[in-house]
Amino acid sequence: MLITCPYCGPRDVSEYTYQGDGNRTRPDPASTDQEVWNAYVYDRLNPAGEHHEIWQHSGGCRAHLAVTRNTLTHVVSSVSFARDAGHKKSDSRRKTGAKA
Amino acid sequence: MSPRRAISGGRIDRLRTIRFTFDGRPFTGHAGDTLASALLANGVTLFARSFKYHRPRGVLTAGIDEPNALVTVLSGAVREPNIPATMLEIYDGLNVASQNRFPSLAYDVGALNQLGSKVLGAGFYYKTFMGPVIGPLKGTRFWMFCEWFIRRAAGLGSAGLEKDPSRYERMNAFCDVLVVGSGPAGLIAAKAASDSGARVMLAELDATPGGSANWSGETIDGLPAAEWAAETLRDLKARENVRVLPRTTVWGYYDGNTLSAVERVADHRNTPAKGEPRHRHWTIRTQSVVLATGAFERPLVFPGNDRPGVMLAGAALRYVNQYGVLPGQKIAIFTNNDSAYHTAEALKKAGAEIVAMVDVRDDTSVAGREIAREVGGEYLAGHAVVATEGGAQVSGIKVQRINAATGALSGDPRSIHADCLLVSGGWSPTIHLASQAGLKPEWDNDLQAFLPPKPTQNWVGAGAFNGSFSTEKAISEGHAAGLTAAGATDGKADELPSVDADAFDPNPAPVFEIKAKGKAFVDLQHDVTADDVRLAHREGFVSVEHLKRYTTLGMATDQGKTSNIPGLAIMAETLGKPIPDVGTTRFRAPFAPVSVGSLAGERYGDIRPERLTPMYDWHVENGAEFYAAGLWHRPMIYGLSGESVEQAYVRETKAVRGGVGLVDVSTLGKIAVQGPDAGAFLDRVYTNMFSTLAIGKARYGLMLREDGFVLDDGTTWRLGEHDFLMTTTTANAGKVMQHLEYLLDVVWPELKVQLTSVTDQWAGAAISGPKSRDVLAACVTGTKVDNDALPFMGIVYGEIDGAPVMICRLSFSGELAYEVYSGAGHGTHVWQALIKAGEPFAIVPYGLEALGTMRIEKGHVTGAEIDGRTTARDLHLDWMLSKKKPFIGSAMMDREGLVAEDRLQLVGIVSLDNRPLNGGAHIVEELDEANPHGSLGHLTAACYSPSLGKYIGLALVKGGKARQGTRAFISDPLRKRFGPVEIVSHHFFDPEGSRMHG
Repeated sequence: MLITCPYCGPRDVSEYTYQGDGNRTRPDPASTDQEVWNAYVYDRLNPAGEHHEIWQHSGGCRAHLAVTRNTLTHVVSSVSFARDAGHKKSDSRRKTGAKA
Repeated sequence: MSPRRAISGGRIDRLRTIRFTFDGRPFTGHAGDTLASALLANGVTLFARSFKYHRPRGVLTAGIDEPNALVTVLSGAVREPNIPATMLEIYDGLNVASQNRFPSLAYDVGALNQLGSKVLGAGFYYKTFMGPVIGPLKGTRFWMFCEWFIRRAAGLGSAGLEKDPSRYERMNAFCDVLVVGSGPAGLIAAKAASDSGARVMLAELDATPGGSANWSGETIDGLPAAEWAAETLRDLKARENVRVLPRTTVWGYYDGNTLSAVERVADHRNTPAKGEPRHRHWTIRTQSVVLATGAFERPLVFPGNDRPGVMLAGAALRYVNQYGVLPGQKIAIFTNNDSAYHTAEALKKAGAEIVAMVDVRDDTSVAGREIAREVGGEYLAGHAVVATEGGAQVSGIKVQRINAATGALSGDPRSIHADCLLVSGGWSPTIHLASQAGLKPEWDNDLQAFLPPKPTQNWVGAGAFNGSFSTEKAISEGHAAGLTAAGATDGKADELPSVDADAFDPNPAPVFEIKAKGKAFVDLQHDVTADDVRLAHREGFVSVEHLKRYTTLGMATDQGKTSNIPGLAIMAETLGKPIPDVGTTRFRAPFAPVSVGSLAGERYGDIRPERLTPMYDWHVENGAEFYAAGLWHRPMIYGLSGESVEQAYVRETKAVRGGVGLVDVSTLGKIAVQGPDAGAFLDRVYTNMFSTLAIGKARYGLMLREDGFVLDDGTTWRLGEHDFLMTTTTANAGKVMQHLEYLLDVVWPELKVQLTSVTDQWAGAAISGPKSRDVLAACVTGTKVDNDALPFMGIVYGEIDGAPVMICRLSFSGELAYEVYSGAGHGTHVWQALIKAGEPFAIVPYGLEALGTMRIEKGHVTGAEIDGRTTARDLHLDWMLSKKKPFIGSAMMDREGLVAEDRLQLVGIVSLDNRPLNGGAHIVEELDEANPHGSLGHLTAACYSPSLGKYIGLALVKGGKARQGTRAFISDPLRKRFGPVEIVSHHFFDPEGSRMHG
């Protein structure tokens, strides 16, 4: 599996670290709604198909990347810097997590 | 002259004689021979004993699908077992042993297993060793008693115990088109792709590329096919955009058109050439793939089908045409299709006598009948072989009339004398790689075979792989596939080479098994019979996946290359379903066995990198003993001669508490946190405030994870308005860095903060003890170090012997102490200057043991307590949880389970029997040495405390805060250490901290 880092170019997956589901949005830090926090900390989407993920190019430029990957075929259809990407929003997100 | 070598013909070099040894007997062969062809030429037919029943076995195939003729290659004390003799090229000095026999191949006591074959059927192990057996040998004990004998009796070759001296290497390659298989289809595909400008790799698992052209005996472009192939290969090799890899098995097809292959670089030589590895592993990334992997011939299943002398007809064609070897003198042929007729012709031409052509079909073709008449011998259409005769070698066959549609036998069996029986049960395309990169294989009723599935990756097939069995079609399909794979379209079909070959109908009669009395083998390598398959069905195994596992059909080293389809057909018949409804098991990687050495390449032994601090050499020269802390090598003690570890750390600890000591703390993780929002960022990641920290001051900080558990602790120093230096524990440096990077990149990209790991840029020396200030005063210039200039948690800049240093007054030992940081390159210089300045004060260097002892006495936590399961409250650090601001973990840390009173909490433990304690020992309320139970928690660290004169430790104990002052026991059954202890506060020593503030 290759991921094309926008900074370093196409690199083998062994240079990257998986940093989890990219559909999550951290709740308002002042929020005390435990359900919202539970969803953020513990709930992960696990789709069979296209998935928005965060990968870090830990063996390269160390940037976090927003990666769209098909979990069935490992085809990576888009990569961008997580800093720039609108990676936080997803309609498929469960209600509890989307609230904040 | 070897008894079975034809007078002429074959692609071997008859002028070069090769000498080798099989089971201690010397033999000769020719360059170009495999072990199988050379032994067959010498009249050897007995190659091996079978897996379970120790039946004599010969050679069935001429290639990688060989189930029977597995051998062990010996080279000094090194043994390489289970090598197919059909794949082993002979060389001078080759030394080979047969397998699974005792005392010899011809006289094997294990053959007695055949007498018990009634009970050794499918599921023997499952059935035999479950139930209770009466008496002392019951249950598992009986199983273990028998296991030794059974394991000796069943099996293939055994690996040696010697270290493999061979060198292996790994290679990455990139190309536009990878062609797998170099038969006519593959050769033409490679040529077409190369003509279109693509970068091409051509992989062939045999030594000589050419595939079927090497043995078909056909004519291509007016040349013998083998010569045409050799010429085409020369052309390809001369091209700059083509790389040909012979002896290379492509064994796996992975995501992103990444294929794995292993090249047997030097297995055909006595010793590898200079610089040559034994095997080379290839990871090939390609735009597209041409699969031209050909087809495997299937045997027919009938009683006695495993007797040496029974061989596949296609293999015989290869032996005679490629190696000039006749598999027998009086040959019978048994077939359900036309391909075997071609073999009959070739054998007749090479001088063998064809005694009988047995064809299950009544209505054979005109061309077939014509060939049968030409080759002579009996022609028995509508007949089947129902048995073979002979001992360890075929001496005859029995035939009977068969109805090919119903499989019913009729009439009386009749014997025919023959010393060899060639069998063909039709052909199965080699779709293994396609199956790894495609959907489900598709059954073709005419060919009675699975055709390649629809691709899920970028590959295209050609030739026999597609079920196109004529060379003419292979060439046209190969050409088209090469162009498609290269993304070109302008190839001209009329340029293709012409083929002169007998036309034949590839479709077999749907006959897989001849049902007559006797053992009929489906999987020869695992000794699975047709009756085993039916037995499995009777016992309720309906799914093909279950059948495979229960009978072990297709699970041997050959992965059922010759047995899968016949096994499936028998299963289908038993179930009363058509074959495609039963389905096939999925082919998984590897296609053929892969040497573990080639996967490891150069990565063997201890390949962890070593991290050494700048002062490492000084530690070595001054008698330090080290231990590994992650990748770091840190001094444990600086032992004097004759000192035990305990004596050394007690001496070092006393020296520090009574005077002054120096310890290397360069391994602490150090992260520069810089930028206008650095203070705000630290407020969010630490539980306490950092934005309010004055420049030139340090503060102890605690970090939680999002889920509220403790992540790490350490001090962070404010060096400037926008400039902080964070320190982390040695073990968590990487984890904390990644945590912070994630937060800045993903959660708060709006914060203007830059992180830089500076662990390796700084050397750190901690000087501790009541006299530490005196030592600094004696050697530091450019700054004062008294209590006003350098108060607790203060930072100053100065020089030590000309080297710039940054000094922070903080304490891990509980003593007056300072951390002296210098550039890594100055580390040893500064360290030595400190030692020199300390000499009048009797300074000692101290190691991790003394450091650990002092931190236990002070009740400071480290990685042993911050184990990912403890909260700030568990560790008495709740005073650090700010209530003025949210921080990472603040929302989750007050959950019910995290504030419960009976959680494991940090306590101190004192040994009451004055004996040492061990980390990991359990704390219990009541001692029960015979049946240890009731753990309240465990010791995380232990030492002898010179300050208290006792053995003490830290522990995480259930409801520990409430247990302080009570008695308990330690229970350590593994180390047989039991004894009374007292649970106390974790602050053993100077709880007010008066010493470090002094």
